Amino acid sequence: MTITPAHYIVLSAALFAIGIIGVLARRNLIIIFMSIELMLNAVNISLVAFARQYDHVTGQAFAIFVIAVAAAEAAVGLGIIIAFYRNKETVNIDEITLMRW
Amino acid sequence: MVETVVIPLVQIVIVLFGVLTAVAYLVLLERKVQAWVQVRLGPMRVGPHGILQPIADVVKLLIKEDITPARVDKWVFTLAPIIVLVPALIVFAVIPFGTPANIFGFSLPLYISDINVGLLYIVSVASLGVYGIILGGWASNSKYPLLSSLRASAQLISYEVAVTMMLVSMVLMAGTLSMVGMVEAQQSQGMWYAFTQPVAFAIYFIGGLAETNRAPFDLPEAEQELVGGFHTEYSGIRFALFFLAEYANMIVVSSVATTVFLGGWLRPFPGVEWLAFLDIVPTWVWFIVKTFGLLYLFLWIRATLPRYRYDQLMRLGWKVFIPIAIANVIVTAALKVIL
Amino acid sequence: MGEAIAFYTLAALILGFAVLVVTARETVHSVLFLVATFLFVAMLYVLQHAEFLAVIQVLVYAGGIVVLYLFVVMLANLKSAPEAHEDPRRRDRLGIALAGVVLAEFVAIALYAFTGPLPASAGAAAAVGANNTEQVGWALYADYLVPFEVASILLLVAMLGAIVLAKREL
Repeated sequence: MTITPAHYIVLSAALFAIGIIGVLARRNLIIIFMSIELMLNAVNISLVAFARQYDHVTGQAFAIFVIAVAAAEAAVGLGIIIAFYRNKETVNIDEITLMRW
Repeated sequence: MVETVVIPLVQIVIVLFGVLTAVAYLVLLERKVQAWVQVRLGPMRVGPHGILQPIADVVKLLIKEDITPARVDKWVFTLAPIIVLVPALIVFAVIPFGTPANIFGFSLPLYISDINVGLLYIVSVASLGVYGIILGGWASNSKYPLLSSLRASAQLISYEVAVTMMLVSMVLMAGTLSMVGMVEAQQSQGMWYAFTQPVAFAIYFIGGLAETNRAPFDLPEAEQELVGGFHTEYSGIRFALFFLAEYANMIVVSSVATTVFLGGWLRPFPGVEWLAFLDIVPTWVWFIVKTFGLLYLFLWIRATLPRYRYDQLMRLGWKVFIPIAIANVIVTAALKVIL
Repeated sequence: MGEAIAFYTLAALILGFAVLVVTARETVHSVLFLVATFLFVAMLYVLQHAEFLAVIQVLVYAGGIVVLYLFVVMLANLKSAPEAHEDPRRRDRLGIALAGVVLAEFVAIALYAFTGPLPASAGAAAAVGANNTEQVGWALYADYLVPFEVASILLLVAMLGAIVLAKREL
């Protein structure tokens, strides 16, 4: 059975859906961030599949930019988590609801 | 079918066996070299001049009692040494040991695979070894290993930046990421890259010392500082894997430095014609001689220099090596464009 | 044929480990499953002849970003999963239903539009620079130079931001 771009897009959609479930259903802030990384990876998979289909390297260059942005976002997001944890000793997002306490 | 499956399998078995034997004898060599530097003899009992000592060590480590501390995460505790060892071994898949050998009229290439992103593969796989150290310390459920593992991993990722930038300037010089391409570029240049880029070689080697937690950067595993470091709670075969991984990493750093800076399997001064009589020496012999030269340098430095304090170590990595590395990349790129 | 076997195996492993990431009890196990997911995604890139991207994925994602996550998990010492009590305002089932709708929509689009076979990569090899790394390099430095420079500024700003946020006192 030949592997068509549809296969890669379905895989990417499934991974994206798993990421969405992780973001919406878990309460631990770090697991939520990791689910966001899963979603970014899903997007990368479909970008590379498109690059292969149209025989153009643009998809892969775009994927490299997505990786760079994901790195930047992870760094700043984890900095925020550390700053918050130092003050409130929790990473449960249901408890990170007030601006002052 | 034969070429794509059987030959690489045979090569993998030979390389793994060779690397593990080399690691075992490197342990013996270290004890001997340290001993000779300190005007004593080292292991002499097991076999003539202690030649069979590694076998005794391996047997001892394997038959030790398997102690697992209470309330550790059993999976992660067992997985950590494996995660340190596997990246050190799979780097050897891309290192070229010599020119293709003619066996039974069949040309056997002396590398397992020559992927066209070889150097980047080595860097990325080496960056996976950090996990084993972090997880080993965390899984031990005890303060000394946790602190030591965080220190060791911070040291590793700091020096990784400078080391990777040095390899980037070598990629700029050679114009290719593949390891065989690197050696061929040095051959066409007629000179090892260690002579055209001495700063890169020096910083790669010193960064390699820090990456493998060797003296003088071995604070994370120094007994005087943090008991045993991140492998305090490990004993028996798990400790053997950590131990093996450290020496395998040393061999990895030496092999990569040999390939990228010392011309891999080229003879000294490959561009000089009247030295062509040296070509009777097989190319893989040159590779092994150069790698062992660098390994001896590792052992020599350990026997000679005192240990860096942790803040001095981090200052060196971030404030000295990284600016030098960036300057090296810029100068290399500028000279490549001008010349 | 070989590509089909490789694709289905990798897809099963990627999705399996992704589900484990989202459902693991311990945060450290979640992080480890995330590393495994990233490694298998890198293998998928190699299958699609995108070797440079595969190595960059391992180097940056698995070897950099997830190490950062692991550091934060350890520094914050999050051994027990803090999911002791449910928030009654949270709607888990609605979230899962929405994810299912998104998935169905993507699958429908994919099957409608992209069911032709992939072209062989011989065309790519004939282009300028037979090497995937060279092609990506040309694309980044020639066609997309401005986004490249902007991405480097973004990373610099992110580095400064992370340092300022994580310092104990400014």
